[in-house]
Amino acid sequence: MGVIKNLAASLIVIRQSSFRNNHKIIMSRRLHARRTDGVDKNVWVEFTQLAADYKAVNLGQGFPDFSPPQFIQDAFCKAISGGPQMHQYTRGFGHPPLVKNLAKFFSRIVGHDIDPLEDILVTVGAYQALFCAFQALVDEGDEVIIVEPFFDCYQPMVVMAGGKAVYVPLRPREGSTVLSSGDWILSAEELASKITSRTKAIVINTPNNPLGKVYKTEELQMIADLCIRHNLLCISDEVYEWLTYDGAKHVKIASLPGMWERTVTIGSAGKTFSATGWKVGWVISSGHLIKHMKTIHQNSIYHCATAAQEAVAHGFEREYEMFGNPESYFKQLPAMLHHKRKKLASCLQSVGLQPIMPEGGYFMITDISSVKVNLNDQSNTDEPFDFRFVKWLIKEKGLATIPVSAFYSPEHRKEFDKYIRFCFVKEDSTLDAAEDILRKWSQQE
Amino acid sequence: MSIAQQILTCSRFACRSVPINSRRRFCTSQHIMMSRHTHTKRIEGLDQNVWVAFTSLAADPSVVNLGQGFPDIPPPSYIKEGLAKAASEDRMNQYTRGFGHPSLVKALSQVYGKVYGRQIDPFKEILVTVGGYGSLFSTMQALVEEGDEVIIIEPFFDCYVPMVRMAGAKPVFIPLRLKPGKKTITSADWFLDPDELSSKFNSKTKAIIINTPNNPIGKIFTRDELQMIADLCIKHDTLCFSDEVYEWLVYKGHQHIKIATLPGMWDRTITISSAGKTFSVTGWKLGWSIGPEHLTKHLQTVMQNTLYTCATPLQEAVAQGLVLNYELMGQPECYFTSLAEELEVKRDRLATILQEAGMTPVIPEGGYFMLVDVTSLNLDLSHITDDEAYDYKFVKWMIKEKKLAAIPVTAFVGDESKKQFEKYIRFCFIKQDSTLEAAGNILKNWAKS
Repeated sequence: MGVIKNLAASLIVIRQSSFRNNHKIIMSRRLHARRTDGVDKNVWVEFTQLAADYKAVNLGQGFPDFSPPQFIQDAFCKAISGGPQMHQYTRGFGHPPLVKNLAKFFSRIVGHDIDPLEDILVTVGAYQALFCAFQALVDEGDEVIIVEPFFDCYQPMVVMAGGKAVYVPLRPREGSTVLSSGDWILSAEELASKITSRTKAIVINTPNNPLGKVYKTEELQMIADLCIRHNLLCISDEVYEWLTYDGAKHVKIASLPGMWERTVTIGSAGKTFSATGWKVGWVISSGHLIKHMKTIHQNSIYHCATAAQEAVAHGFEREYEMFGNPESYFKQLPAMLHHKRKKLASCLQSVGLQPIMPEGGYFMITDISSVKVNLNDQSNTDEPFDFRFVKWLIKEKGLATIPVSAFYSPEHRKEFDKYIRFCFVKEDSTLDAAEDILRKWSQQE
Repeated sequence: MSIAQQILTCSRFACRSVPINSRRRFCTSQHIMMSRHTHTKRIEGLDQNVWVAFTSLAADPSVVNLGQGFPDIPPPSYIKEGLAKAASEDRMNQYTRGFGHPSLVKALSQVYGKVYGRQIDPFKEILVTVGGYGSLFSTMQALVEEGDEVIIIEPFFDCYVPMVRMAGAKPVFIPLRLKPGKKTITSADWFLDPDELSSKFNSKTKAIIINTPNNPIGKIFTRDELQMIADLCIKHDTLCFSDEVYEWLVYKGHQHIKIATLPGMWDRTITISSAGKTFSVTGWKLGWSIGPEHLTKHLQTVMQNTLYTCATPLQEAVAQGLVLNYELMGQPECYFTSLAEELEVKRDRLATILQEAGMTPVIPEGGYFMLVDVTSLNLDLSHITDDEAYDYKFVKWMIKEKKLAAIPVTAFVGDESKKQFEKYIRFCFIKQDSTLEAAGNILKNWAKS
């Protein structure tokens, strides 16, 4: 026994000294923090790379391939050539002109006097707003209810905050032909059954990514009732708030009675002004919740870029004046997208696919269970069907989409692996190119 | 208690504590809600912040602001033009690669490949972040957790402590100490005691944070000092987080050395830099972390779960600025050297102004801050009864009475070292000559009175 111990000890010494001599120390201790366990995979990193590698016609990741409106580009240029202070630090919690304009604009909509300095935090995109909300409000052991399908980052953010994600799915209404996102509903009983004494918050996204559902007032009231009864917070991701079609109306749950003080509403300049690369977002909520998010923000990145905030401030000033006017970008953008949505839907239907018409947002999901194709992939039969299908579609047909099971919990992924998501916020030429690919493919069958 | 009584108690509480929102239909007790919805444990005690406190005080336009560290001199014109040009290209207004815009990480790989004298993989060994702050945060969240200890050298850039604590770890402090008996003091006179440093390392030590050139003292760690730190890191199998945001601001006779280039250190070091400090555009909030793949990949995991990607047009503009200066490296027109030359003149001017006013400046070897010992002014502030360190009281008094803003240095030290540093205040000298002269006038009049 002693001999073996000595041998083992010598081996360790030899290993350590040879490492040192080669200056190739790989640390013997565990390096990464536990909070990064299990959150390293990311559908965007994987599929954006693939789409780029294969130069696919990209209806995958959600960003416009057309330019932001002229007035916002002009505002950015003006900011860039503005005084020296445009290139230096601004107020950490949000550039004063921006928070003032956001407060003015949204007070009118929410029906509550929003304090620009206390009730708003500007963040690096809605992504960072979500991060601040989870980090500020979700503690170890807290449960967070997430409505499926969900924008994929909610789950790893809850996990990273030490919380436990509890899922409740939107389900197609009994007996309907499931042709619209409006046919997917949340059961009040099922939702109520998920609430425990550890439940801290519920996360909703309206208009929803990927389904496109726009929650109606009654549906939000049902959720609000539960929040109030059980003293829950509500995190409401409303980045697509201006994009509603066919008369669907976006309703802010924060405007319902008793909800202002318990709702965290998240918005995005990127989605609002078709400038996703600017990464300017915000949280609007009651000051007593915002102050905790400010603490996270001041201890993580502290400031957001000044010039971009200045430009967005101008954008909101213009839209405040134009509100309700046909020239308002908040009317023009959904009108433009309405036509693209129709175009994509017809294209998918013409090749025998079944799209679910979204009431709002950037995306359309399609049932692919009728598609007969030999995926020929020896590698990953462990992966859900839609993941494998999307990869095949990129590699073999040069068309990029996103697998919808990426928006479901690990527990439910296998049940919902027959849908893929298309983004239609693209130039008509991109949509035409996609149509060509799909037509050729269906003709080959 | 009957339902009626409960409702009555509830509404009485609500009436007294907060103004009733007439839109409320339900009786929601604000008190009950707030006790349920308090902040998470990770931010316990982290809500105070020196910048939040002092930026608003100094915002008064009549105050000469040598406080917060940002230039009031313009950035190079090509950098602004680069941004305007980038913003005019359609795809530059949409999402780019999460871990860093390709043209930027390639440019960084080029510039730093030369500086480090090694090949740096642009995709695996670099992460672009929201400023140096974002790099520090990604590093802490990725590599530091409960049970860890992190050594911090005082004085330190104030965010290190809350970030270490937010990650659940324990900060362990070691102060820089002043060599006594010198007439003109420079940042080189501040040193780390080797035995004291060694005593701070133990099996729980996950990392040591160094900042060179240092904010606020301006010290540039020598090769020997870095070697001493490196030896300890290797001996104790510790990581090193090296905040080098002022890496180009090095004055004559000194050299910035990257600890990651010392033997055995590349594999255990994350080096942090800032476009804001490099190109005088602090309002762009772009920075980067450079390190070995086995560490950087965890920072990338944090990035993809926090804010995912940084702004595209800004990254493109920084990439172009880097490419331009890469060509000029070693030449006087290179901004990496020309800015330092410009600042050295300002450094010397401010030092003279302070000496003439009877204060004792600590001449920095690098960076754009200068520490000043205000003891000789003999300002009696005992009438101010706030429970604050002397330098906090001094700076607040100076802003109010003399219309000159600085930053108190005890904001950069732990509680136990406050006494050692409370007679120092920090001035920022990356300011227009007119700003420095205005400060000079205030100090001249003060000295006379």
